[in-house]
Amino acid sequence: MSGWDELYRENILDHYKHPRNHGTLEHPDITFEDANPLCGDKLRMDFRIADGKIAEVRFSGQGCSISQASASMLSEKLEGMSLEDAKKISREDVLEMLGIELGPVRLKCALLALKTLKGGVYGIHRWPGEDGEDES
Amino acid sequence: MMNPSAMRAAAGTATAGAPARTPAARAFDARTVRAQFPILREPREKPLIYLDSAATSQKPDAVLDAMTDYYRRYNANIHRGIYQIAEQATAAYEDARRRVAKFLGAASPREIVFTRNSTEALNLIAHSYGRWKIEAGDAIVLTEMEHHSNLVPWQLLAAERGIELRFIPVTPGGELELDALPRLLADGRVKLVSAVHISNVLGTVNPIAEIARQAHAAGAVMAVDASQSVPHCPVDVAALGADFLAFTSHKMLGPTGIGGLWARRELLEAMPPFLGGGEMIREVKLSGSKWNDVPWKFEAGTMPIAEAVGLGAAVDYLEGLGLDAVFAHDRELAAYAMKRLAEVPDLNLLGPPAEKRGGVVAFTLADIHPHDVATVLDGDGIAVRAGHHCAMPLHEKLGIPASARASFHCYSLPEDVDALVKGLHKARKVFAR
Repeated sequence: MSGWDELYRENILDHYKHPRNHGTLEHPDITFEDANPLCGDKLRMDFRIADGKIAEVRFSGQGCSISQASASMLSEKLEGMSLEDAKKISREDVLEMLGIELGPVRLKCALLALKTLKGGVYGIHRWPGEDGEDES
Repeated sequence: MMNPSAMRAAAGTATAGAPARTPAARAFDARTVRAQFPILREPREKPLIYLDSAATSQKPDAVLDAMTDYYRRYNANIHRGIYQIAEQATAAYEDARRRVAKFLGAASPREIVFTRNSTEALNLIAHSYGRWKIEAGDAIVLTEMEHHSNLVPWQLLAAERGIELRFIPVTPGGELELDALPRLLADGRVKLVSAVHISNVLGTVNPIAEIARQAHAAGAVMAVDASQSVPHCPVDVAALGADFLAFTSHKMLGPTGIGGLWARRELLEAMPPFLGGGEMIREVKLSGSKWNDVPWKFEAGTMPIAEAVGLGAAVDYLEGLGLDAVFAHDRELAAYAMKRLAEVPDLNLLGPPAEKRGGVVAFTLADIHPHDVATVLDGDGIAVRAGHHCAMPLHEKLGIPASARASFHCYSLPEDVDALVKGLHKARKVFAR
């Protein structure tokens, strides 16, 4: 098995080709946009909040399969989740969700969705990040 | 085995290096050349198909041997020691400068300042010449296809001084809109024009001599980012008519860590120093210092000596191949690549027609992100660049976030292109939606 078919597992390609919760919300309660300048990846996430929970989530933007699949998978996980729980999602959670080994460059692609989510739910422009997550 | 290149370096003479010198215009055998690059000989599960020479070139045995020989036989600091190997090292370092000067058609080796790379050479111009001669209300003309290294130093200077930056536009076909230049120069406020010789993304060969002519007529000096031209085609600073020219060793088969600035001697003489420290001074008192002669005035601290020796060997090697032949080889491959890539459905080639470019071919494939394309290619041992190639404004102008790029040097073969095309068909299948 060569490198890429390990990376582009069926579930990644499935989410890339058929993204869940793709699009935007009209009058979202929270909207946040972030980018990975290294790749030119851009991601926007819109949230509708009800009773402290994420009632609806949509993502839009452009980017590689890893960043798009990561956003799609994360969006599925977020529906119905409380904002408090959403704040607790870690980088390990996202990597486990993706289930692939990533080098330092593609790691940024994979984590763009998490970065965008955290920026949105914390309501800050730049989420302080977690250890090892800083821009290199 | 004896190492002729390093021997010559140590002896301070300059003659042709391996491979055997052929008449400049005669084609070399790329297969023979390839065998002289250890990284391409290295046995691997999948052979390395290296198509990223615009990012950095691979290094031939002659260059690696010359550097090793310096470290093993005559490693010493230069311009200081009185003992034999220090003199040998100094001779080798200065011989590299002589060879580079000759290679570029400089009037004297004193017109060559060694720097870390092109970026540092361009920063040297901005810091030294820029702060000396360009003031608030003046303007600098650049192009929309610059690498960040020929953009950001000027942005820093512009912000500090209140200088206006103007840009020669790029056409959708990836060429400079030269008709715009007279208008940009018309008000007489432009003090410097700086342009890339060959675009690192599009491969476009820019008409530097014509730009320099217009710049001079308007009273501006002309700087050239020759990072992608000096390694691949004959560059003669006199013929270009420029005042400054920046180049880097690691793209021209030499080591990283060294590059240089060519500048007209009277400019270097008049310019204030860039970095302060040892070697760049003639006399130091606690109250102040007097500067060394050029080019040493601009070479503060211990310089990359082994790298200079390696660069000298790289110049020898390139001269042995003949720069006309290298350029013909690169362009032939670029033309072949453009023909073959056009067979791939939904592939969009960037930049001008083959006859107007060097050995660089950038493209996008359907709406597949270039990183995904590069990852699939990597699975077959094919190395291409994916991203914005340090030219974000150009990508913005072209309306794309990123691109993939294949680039060639003397060791590249048509089979490399064939492998690329095969890999692209595969990438298309993987990501079809």
